Amino acid sequence: MDKHDHYYHRDDLGRFGEIGNNVGPLAEKFFAWYGAVFTDGALSAREKSLIALAVAHAVQCPYCIDSYTRDALEKGSDLDQMTEAVHVAAAIRGGASLVHGVQMRNTTDKIGM
Amino acid sequence: MPRHLPTLQERRSPLASASTQLDRLHALALPRELDACLAEAGHHPLRAEGVKVLQLNLGKRCNQTCRHCHVDAGPDRTEVMAHEVVVRCLELLDRSAIATVDITGGAPELHPEFRWIVEQVHRRGRHVMDRCNLTILETRPYRDLPQFFADHDVEVVCSLPHYRGPSTDAQRGDGVFASSLRALRRLNEVGYGQGDPKRRLVLVSNPVGAFLPASQRSIEAEWKRELRRLHGIEFDALFCITNMPISRYLEWLESKGNLASYMDRLVTAFNPAAVEGVMCRTTLSVGWDGTLYDCDFNQMLELPITTHRRTIHDVDLDALAGRAIAVDRHCFGCTAGAGSSCGGATA
Repeated sequence: MDKHDHYYHRDDLGRFGEIGNNVGPLAEKFFAWYGAVFTDGALSAREKSLIALAVAHAVQCPYCIDSYTRDALEKGSDLDQMTEAVHVAAAIRGGASLVHGVQMRNTTDKIGM
Repeated sequence: MPRHLPTLQERRSPLASASTQLDRLHALALPRELDACLAEAGHHPLRAEGVKVLQLNLGKRCNQTCRHCHVDAGPDRTEVMAHEVVVRCLELLDRSAIATVDITGGAPELHPEFRWIVEQVHRRGRHVMDRCNLTILETRPYRDLPQFFADHDVEVVCSLPHYRGPSTDAQRGDGVFASSLRALRRLNEVGYGQGDPKRRLVLVSNPVGAFLPASQRSIEAEWKRELRRLHGIEFDALFCITNMPISRYLEWLESKGNLASYMDRLVTAFNPAAVEGVMCRTTLSVGWDGTLYDCDFNQMLELPITTHRRTIHDVDLDALAGRAIAVDRHCFGCTAGAGSSCGGATA
């Protein structure tokens, strides 16, 4: 099967920099800001990496999941901690769906008998 | 007790041979060669800056068989430094100003003259570092070693991949984490890990997998907090060390299909600033048979020093001072990211 029959290609992660084509100054700002975000601050670089890993699962980005699995390990997290982070993401996603059930109930109250 | 994996030598694996290990590394297509990287860093050829640390590898016998061991150490290994070699090492101390003796193995405590060696080095006023796997301190003949270490101002440098258990046991064997914690508590009880420079307790973390180590500067405070909170243990410093793509770690990389990508990672993470502090520039490493090397990794790859006199029996200290270091592709392990040495990060 031709690789372009798939939407996601592992090699494309290495081409991330191409998002700067045509808009170099914007990409420079993005990558500089991106790099600064993940440095040690009030949160440690390890904690930020776990947040990134959780968000990667919430937004279901395969590139980000690969990147931040490796990054979390390289920042000193272990598999238990990373798995708990993914469960946090899943809990927020699940909770976000369920809390909309209140909206569903409000609507039902309004139009139902 | 920890389970024992068979060593490469016990399994008669082709990777028990140093030349086979180098062949496997040379067969890879790397994005850059080490010579070009060292030249970029202004260190080609890489040269020593005298000898500040005398590293003694007392032998390959160990009570553990960790998956990543660069020595291929284990209970079946019989190599041990002879008394005559030890005496030559002490004589070298007597005619030099080498400040530190770094004792390693295997489990160096298993050497029949380990305590005598420590006493002799201490008597000469030199700083002694013992690279300890911790679990050896939980075996009956060695349970009193923490007090012996304290009595001789030995800096204890211990292996612990993580402050939580699963990673440690995955790398070092079932039950190693629990045993290591017991040993650390006993080191704490005799004064280690409380900030006393004569009772210095250092933890060494190697990645449990095919990735680079964490920044020790970034995570040391968290390790101290978590080891205290979870286990009531104190320590003085954390070293984060890169796994070298040799010996049993090389075998593991190959078995998981990770060798090419790991080497690519090491090469692309080459950091010119890390070169300045690599340990080989200030270390003389003595093998169990008296052969001289630039570091313990070169020792395991049987790459001796490049000067004419290559054994402890005819060592020429003056010639060692500015010698060209023997380098090969495995050296990318010490120059990646924040750098790696027996003292942790170098940049």
